[in-house]
Amino acid sequence: MGKKRTIRTIPQERTPMVQRPAAERARDFTEVACGYAPGEALREASRCLLCPDEPCVRGCPVGIDIPGFIERLGEQDVRGAYEVLSATTLLPAICGRVCPQETQCEGVCTVGGTLEPVAIGRLERFVGDAAIAEGWASVPSAEPNTFHVAVIGSGPAGMACAADLAKAGCAVTVFEALQQPGGVLRYGIPDFRLPNEVIDAEIGKLARLGINFRCNTLVGRLFTVEQLIRDMGFHAVFIAVGAGAPSFMGIPGESLNGVLSANELLTRANLMRARDFPAVDTPLGTLGRVAVVGAGNTAMDALRVSVRSGAETVSCVYRRSRTEAPARAEELAHAEEEGVDFNWLTEPVAVQGDGERRVRGLLCRRMALSEPDASGRARPVPVPGSEFELECDTVVFAIGTSANGILGRTSQLELDERGYIRVDQDLETSMDGVFAGGDIVTGAATVIEAMGAGRRAAGSIKRYLGLAAAEAEHVPASDGDGMLFGLGPEQRGYARVHLA
Amino acid sequence: MAMTVVRPAAYEVVRRLDLSDVSFLVEVRDPDVARAARAGQFVMVMSHAGGERIPLTIADFDRERGTITLVIQAVGKTTREMQRELRVGASLHALAGPMGEPSRTEGVRKVVCVGGGLGVAPTYPVARAFKQSGAYVIGVIGFRSKDLVFWEDEFRAVCDELIVCSDDGSVGIKGLVTEGIAQAISRHADIDELIAIGPPVMMRGCAELTRPHGIRTVVSLNPIMVDGTGMCGGCRVRVGGRMRFACVDGPEFDAHEVDFDDLMSRLRRFRPEEKLALDRWEQGCRIAAPADVPSG
Ligand SMILES: Cc1cc2nc3c(=O)[nH]c(=O)nc-3n(C[C@H](O)[C@H](O)[C@H](O)COP(=O)(O)OP(=O)(O)OC[C@H]3O[C@@H](n4cnc5c(N)ncnc54)[C@H](O)[C@@H]3O)c2cc1C
Ligand SMILES: Cc1cc2nc3c(=O)[nH]c(=O)nc-3n(C[C@H](O)[C@H](O)[C@H](O)COP(=O)(O)OP(=O)(O)OC[C@H]3O[C@@H](n4cnc5c(N)ncnc54)[C@H](O)[C@@H]3O)c2cc1C
Ligand code: SF4
Ligand code: SF4
Ligand code: FES
Repeated sequence: MGKKRTIRTIPQERTPMVQRPAAERARDFTEVACGYAPGEALREASRCLLCPDEPCVRGCPVGIDIPGFIERLGEQDVRGAYEVLSATTLLPAICGRVCPQETQCEGVCTVGGTLEPVAIGRLERFVGDAAIAEGWASVPSAEPNTFHVAVIGSGPAGMACAADLAKAGCAVTVFEALQQPGGVLRYGIPDFRLPNEVIDAEIGKLARLGINFRCNTLVGRLFTVEQLIRDMGFHAVFIAVGAGAPSFMGIPGESLNGVLSANELLTRANLMRARDFPAVDTPLGTLGRVAVVGAGNTAMDALRVSVRSGAETVSCVYRRSRTEAPARAEELAHAEEEGVDFNWLTEPVAVQGDGERRVRGLLCRRMALSEPDASGRARPVPVPGSEFELECDTVVFAIGTSANGILGRTSQLELDERGYIRVDQDLETSMDGVFAGGDIVTGAATVIEAMGAGRRAAGSIKRYLGLAAAEAEHVPASDGDGMLFGLGPEQRGYARVHLA
Repeated sequence: MAMTVVRPAAYEVVRRLDLSDVSFLVEVRDPDVARAARAGQFVMVMSHAGGERIPLTIADFDRERGTITLVIQAVGKTTREMQRELRVGASLHALAGPMGEPSRTEGVRKVVCVGGGLGVAPTYPVARAFKQSGAYVIGVIGFRSKDLVFWEDEFRAVCDELIVCSDDGSVGIKGLVTEGIAQAISRHADIDELIAIGPPVMMRGCAELTRPHGIRTVVSLNPIMVDGTGMCGGCRVRVGGRMRFACVDGPEFDAHEVDFDDLMSRLRRFRPEEKLALDRWEQGCRIAAPADVPSG
């Protein structure tokens, strides 16, 4: 590896990623960030100090061996880097794109103490994209067994659990209520952040592991969780139905035409392709001047979808300041570049109608920050007499979601006070053999946390089923044969394809 | 490699019956949904990959044959296109359900089941469910005129009494369903419940009629839906001053608590887009027409 790197010898500047110019990208749904070229990835990899105490690993919710994969990458062993990632994550191409790295791995990177931190997410994406392009997959080692497991919900938690169990030899069926799998990745996060091809590639890998996807299947109504075990022959169940139910503020005027949830806007635009209306049948409606309430990832997505869908003006309304905005830093910066008008320290009081039950504007008031509240964030308090009307035609609420009630009310599952599914430390629910994880247990969180929960649940399910070597099903396929960038056709593909 | 991403039912149309120029019935194969379906529930349907997800009530189900029956009124682009395309042997692109809370029949001894126009179809399984639970069922079904009448015999089979109404008096009693309800109320002092399904104005009329009598009244609401799983909030309705999602909390609600003005205005949300889609589609049909129909 040559001379030891120090903060002074590494490239001082973080390697920039090519991005499409704001004026161009704001008119389409093609991806904004173009990814690293091999040379760029190599340069960025050389900025990692390979710290023995690995602070970044502790910053990652699933504890990816970050120096390990970056070291392989630095040796131009992309396949090897992919194997290191695969020991922990199923979805590097996705998490590399959507993780809030600044508050996770990159937030605690040693280099970040002095310079810009190592671009861990971008490197992870680079490896994930290479794996998709080359058709790599981590190879399962277990023989098919006789266990059948049902996974409810096809978001990141469900996908991760299904993959681990299939690799351990179980016959896995994933039930999804919508017509396409992917969960929030499909219906919520827009293509310009996470292209559908990436999701399709990941789902395709799962299908090739022998996992059976059953879309158009609303569990709870079509059959119950109890029936899965009692009548349908499943030995265990994993519930990963997300926290999809949108919240509204409960202020006057919320039922006016022109008020909608971010989930509705995004589902119409992403899953139903309403942006192509009238070539497809689902309309988005005339957006006109749009005001989006909230400043998380969902709000950023709603803002930027509006920008791309012919809105005249697009404003964000958030009651705290930019510093407290929960969105990923990159999305916030992108939204600013794309011309979104941000109203920080502003709280909606009422949606105002035009007399014909259509939105005319959003009555707001200014806020000031006082001492931090229980969550540690500065508490916003209204500024007296600061009311003003923000003229708009569409109001989108992106202020969070809660647990969907369908499974709760159609089963004996024990729920907590807020309606989320109660689990023990092994993610097992109050029902024997039924496990749960992801947003339906924690409330809205992140893709990587949901994925981590799916893998943890898979471990618990394997123990529950009495499968040996519950944690160690992963066998690296590359034995350090020094793969070079761009090299590939003879690489190994998939080891096991079908299940009985 | 093709992925298995649907339930392997294929949602094939096995029977089709035209009820009028603007309404038709399709029986669709889906053994899973047929097995699970209960009165009062609906399905979300996409007729093709670029189609809209639309809610349709399960008007009947046959667990042995593994089919469900949908009765559809061709009102806009999606339903007009379905009217043209959904012949026997054709398949829907997607079908998910059953959705919504089933009708509650327990404890009701005497019930009036009211269906107006196409609402007659979704009322049928509800009337049948009440009959099966042992209630005395009074059916009230209303049509504009005699030639639009359908399922009269089916209704008779599950009702202890049936009152047919028509706007023009060409069949049954002349007048709206509210006339029929008034008759039923005058003959029976012990009605526990009334359930009404039809256009919002009709349902509101029924609610106003029963309110002074203190008869518990249930209506099945039909707001615009997208997913039908409780995820988008598009189907929210105001009931008793509270926001409820019709697809998971409903579609049946206490009629005396429903804000019908709110429902009716929200149904107009996409008027311009609906018109655009229909005009564009009709134009497409006209352009395509010369190829199908030889001139002369
Ligand atoms: C718009 C938006 C943007 C986001 N952006 C980011 C981001 O940039 N970075 C990040 O880390 N996180 C982001 N998140 C959060 C992240 O997407 C979620 O935390 C994560 O997807 C949760 O995964 P999950 O598997 O628990 O559930 P979900 O992804 O919600 O998937 C649940 C699936 O279950 C299905 N389902 C529900 N009920 C049933 C049922 N009864 N039967 C069958 N199927 C059912 C649903 O249709 C859905 O497909 C975002 C969330 C949203 C909404
Ligand atoms: C729970 C429920 C059950 C229903 N059952 C039936 C049924 O059994 N038979 C039947 O013919 N119709 C039923 N409907 C109504 C049916 O879904 C609409 O007529 C259909 O979506 C119209 O689509 P379109 O493109 O043909 O017409 P459009 O021109 O798009 O719309 C015509 C009118 O239909 C309503 N509508 C439009 N889109 C939707 C949508 N996505 N969801 C709901 N309503 C919409 C609006 O009021 C609109 O003004 C039901 C609706 C609900 C909510
Ligand atoms: S999964 Fe997310 S948090 Fe973990 S290393 Fe990758 S980008 Fe960082
Ligand atoms: S903390 Fe930063 S520099 Fe250190 S190993 Fe992790 S990524 Fe590399
Ligand atoms: S249709 Fe989306 S929440 Fe009811």
